[in-house]
Amino acid sequence: MRYLPLTNTDRQQMLSLIGTKSIDDLFVDVPKHALLKDLVDLPKKQGEIEVHRHMARLAEKNTPAGRTAFFLGGGAYRHHVPATVDHIIQRSEFLTAYTPYQPEIAQGTLQALYEFQSQVAQLLDMEVSNASMYDGSTACAEAAMMAARVTKRKKIIFSGGVHPHYIDTARTACEALGLEVVALPAAIDDEAAVSKHLSADVAAVIVQSPNVFGTITDLTKIAEAAHGAGSLMVATFTECVSFGLIEPPGAMGADIVCGEGQSIGNALNFGGPYVGLFATKEKFIRQMPGRVCGETLDADGKRGFVLTLSTREQHIRREKATSNICTNSGLCQLAWTVHMTLLGEQGLRQLATLNHERAIELADALGRVKGVEVLTKRFFNEIAIRVPGDAQKVVDALAEKGVIGGVAMSRLNPKAGMYDLLITCATEMNTDKDIAAYVAALKAVLQ
Amino acid sequence: MITQTTSGNRGLLQAEPLIFETGHATGTGVDLPAPKGTANKLGGLARKAALDLPGFSEPETMRHFVRLSQKNYAIDLGLFPLGSCTMKHNPRLNERTARFEGFADIHPLQPTATIQGALEVMDELAHWLCTLSGMPAVALSPKAGAHGEMCGMLAIKAALEARGEGQTRKRVLVPESAHGTNPATAVAAGFIVDEIPARDDGRVHLDDVVAKLGSDVAGIMMTNPNTCGLFEPEIKRIADAIHEAGGYFYCDGANYNAIVGRVRPGDLGVDAMHINLHKTFSTPHGGGGPGAGPTVLSAALAPYAPLPQIVIEKSGGVRQLVFAEHEAELAGTGRKPFGRMCAFHGQMGMFTRALTYMLSHGSDGLRQVAEDAVLNANYLLARLKPHFNAPFGGPKNEHAPCMHEVLFDDSSIKPKGVETIDMAKALLDEGYHPFTTYFPLVVHGAMLIEPTETEPKRELDRFADVMIALAERVNAGDVEHFKQAPRLAPMRRLDDTRAARQPKLRWRRGDNGAEAAKHAAE
Repeated sequence: MRYLPLTNTDRQQMLSLIGTKSIDDLFVDVPKHALLKDLVDLPKKQGEIEVHRHMARLAEKNTPAGRTAFFLGGGAYRHHVPATVDHIIQRSEFLTAYTPYQPEIAQGTLQALYEFQSQVAQLLDMEVSNASMYDGSTACAEAAMMAARVTKRKKIIFSGGVHPHYIDTARTACEALGLEVVALPAAIDDEAAVSKHLSADVAAVIVQSPNVFGTITDLTKIAEAAHGAGSLMVATFTECVSFGLIEPPGAMGADIVCGEGQSIGNALNFGGPYVGLFATKEKFIRQMPGRVCGETLDADGKRGFVLTLSTREQHIRREKATSNICTNSGLCQLAWTVHMTLLGEQGLRQLATLNHERAIELADALGRVKGVEVLTKRFFNEIAIRVPGDAQKVVDALAEKGVIGGVAMSRLNPKAGMYDLLITCATEMNTDKDIAAYVAALKAVLQ
Repeated sequence: MITQTTSGNRGLLQAEPLIFETGHATGTGVDLPAPKGTANKLGGLARKAALDLPGFSEPETMRHFVRLSQKNYAIDLGLFPLGSCTMKHNPRLNERTARFEGFADIHPLQPTATIQGALEVMDELAHWLCTLSGMPAVALSPKAGAHGEMCGMLAIKAALEARGEGQTRKRVLVPESAHGTNPATAVAAGFIVDEIPARDDGRVHLDDVVAKLGSDVAGIMMTNPNTCGLFEPEIKRIADAIHEAGGYFYCDGANYNAIVGRVRPGDLGVDAMHINLHKTFSTPHGGGGPGAGPTVLSAALAPYAPLPQIVIEKSGGVRQLVFAEHEAELAGTGRKPFGRMCAFHGQMGMFTRALTYMLSHGSDGLRQVAEDAVLNANYLLARLKPHFNAPFGGPKNEHAPCMHEVLFDDSSIKPKGVETIDMAKALLDEGYHPFTTYFPLVVHGAMLIEPTETEPKRELDRFADVMIALAERVNAGDVEHFKQAPRLAPMRRLDDTRAARQPKLRWRRGDNGAEAAKHAAE
């Protein structure tokens, strides 16, 4: 087998040095009934040609976004990833390294982490960032739990604009801990509603901008109200490219900012792996979840980087840890950093502007289709539209015409009662032709 | 020997400042179409302040990250014997298939008809994981090992609640030797941790478990093979005792690579076990992720598996796979999902890699994986036992087998002034990534070595020779060699205490890191 270097001669020599006759002698602690004699009932080994063919066949059963007119966002966005990014993350030294527990031989990973943390802090206008989380939804759940630790309160209020998967993920994690999660009714443009629910037992209000309907909101007053009640304001997001153009949550008083970083550097990948961004204020760092990289000196006084503040983490604190998280999203985080380095401020602003302009064109074009109403007034690259009838049926019918038009709100949250609402987005990847194809298909479907 | 150079470079190793120290906001490595200047619809929420993010041209970017990469150790460079981490070869076919357009360029919310291949990958992966583990169901969505632990513990919690014992059964037994994520997860899932003290033989004893049982016990979290690299001989009897007492058995599957294809956890009485695709099934560790932690579940826990779930529908005789993304879609099936682990459906990019790996190995290859991993570890035990203390390696002239990893401690070298950390740093100078240090905590000065099955014999011999030479150096009294190590690595020993006491976690404008470092050194 091509991945196994030992030969039978090696195996015999090794067994004889060990002083045992057969490999089974090494499995002596396994209860007799449990040690399999036969192979499990699965296919036997295959060469690279056969496996490649098998996987290619499965891949062909999918319709790649690039073969369609593609306008789907809803928490994952199709952006261009420069070729350089994938080349760098496939370098052996990054791809096949472990968590940098031996910093003297892991400065590559560590310096890139430090750069990532700095870029995230700059982008979100926050004081500190961690080394990344699994994805936006789990980052949001961790933010809710962190807010409860910081405030020693037990209630979390979600606005009706937060992505339903994020609320469900946080609810699962928070309720296990005995926290109470209140999700306000889905609302296209009412992040401020959370302020009415503030009380002395609220740990945090969690708002999203741009929210799941694409609406962007000035969070300043919500933060002031939260702070007045002794609560934190957590701002989440699913589209990080937006902060190249819109006011970042850190500039509007957020205590914790968390969300999805996939848009920069990472392909759609059917939902994962992605990279969760997590930033907060310096005064809260000892309550922050996840790994973090910090600067220090070596024995010669040279600057270097190490994983630090590990006294918060499970491998030291065990049951008293701030979170059970062990890993971050290493390669996805590296892809983010490489792409962000290629963009720089100028590139990011340009990319964000292109997205916004494309979305305006999409909104204008769809708004002119008879029976369609654009519901999102202030947006970045995503909007909610009302279609006559069942939005899920419209999405399916569009797909048959080669247009992936968005996601029906009823798929994300059937309980919202928004059956005629479709969430759609445009990015720099969409051409004029794509938009024309969408309009033509939508007209045909709605006839 | 030259220690200082004018450039700051050292041969192939290039000194490389932070991007913030050399880049500028107008630099960029992308050529995008010029915006048209359309009036915005931001409602007055345009960004006010500058981002102050440096940008680089493509060649500068490439050079920056390649220079950084050369300061990393990696499996592709050499033996990476980090115990409990399973640093095996990452086949590149896996990287290729994961990047197929049909997998990488599909969106998690695309209409079901357009992603049948993706659902088939998940279904096929589930079939392999269930068949290998001997368990009836698997939750694919957990994004890492600890996330899988959480998934398993929440399934246990849901099952207890369904029995009306959610409030009364709160205590979870966790052996002292467990990985830190186990107690952290139990607490995060709302349980109370009750530790089972370690025994001298490195195993969990049935008696110790039975002594802790009671009507308030929710279950046990045990690692098997355990963190000392040993198979738990009483595991089935412990599982039976837990079940008899009304609890559930969570098995930490971090070390599943030792038994894949040879032992099915389902035959051992396991109720839930996460499987690290990034360990047993070779998806790359990537300097700290992304991982994936699908969690196999027993019949007792399967009904509580989280959303989303794949459901098979037959329409017109054609088998179609669809997602159930909400509880209402499972009405009538008897399933009661405990919730959702994450947005979307899990680590698809890891599913394609792991499935590619499984198909390559097949049932015969995977069995050989376990056997060779165990053989390699035992070979190192046999070669190194005369030179280092192996607390569970058996008496002097007898071989007590370990599984996929072998545990030594520093008790034979410490009296001479060299500790585990010093031995690890000396290995850096020898061109090796060290073993896992000081874990498991139950053995003082632990050195946990996991060679994996992808190491050829000559690499094991070379490593063993180096370890033996270092032991001899200790015996010769050359303590300074160890205390000063590393001398040849890209950095000398780094000051962890300083990093933690004065946390500096990011660059800020006005920083001059290099200067600051120089002053501090003076």
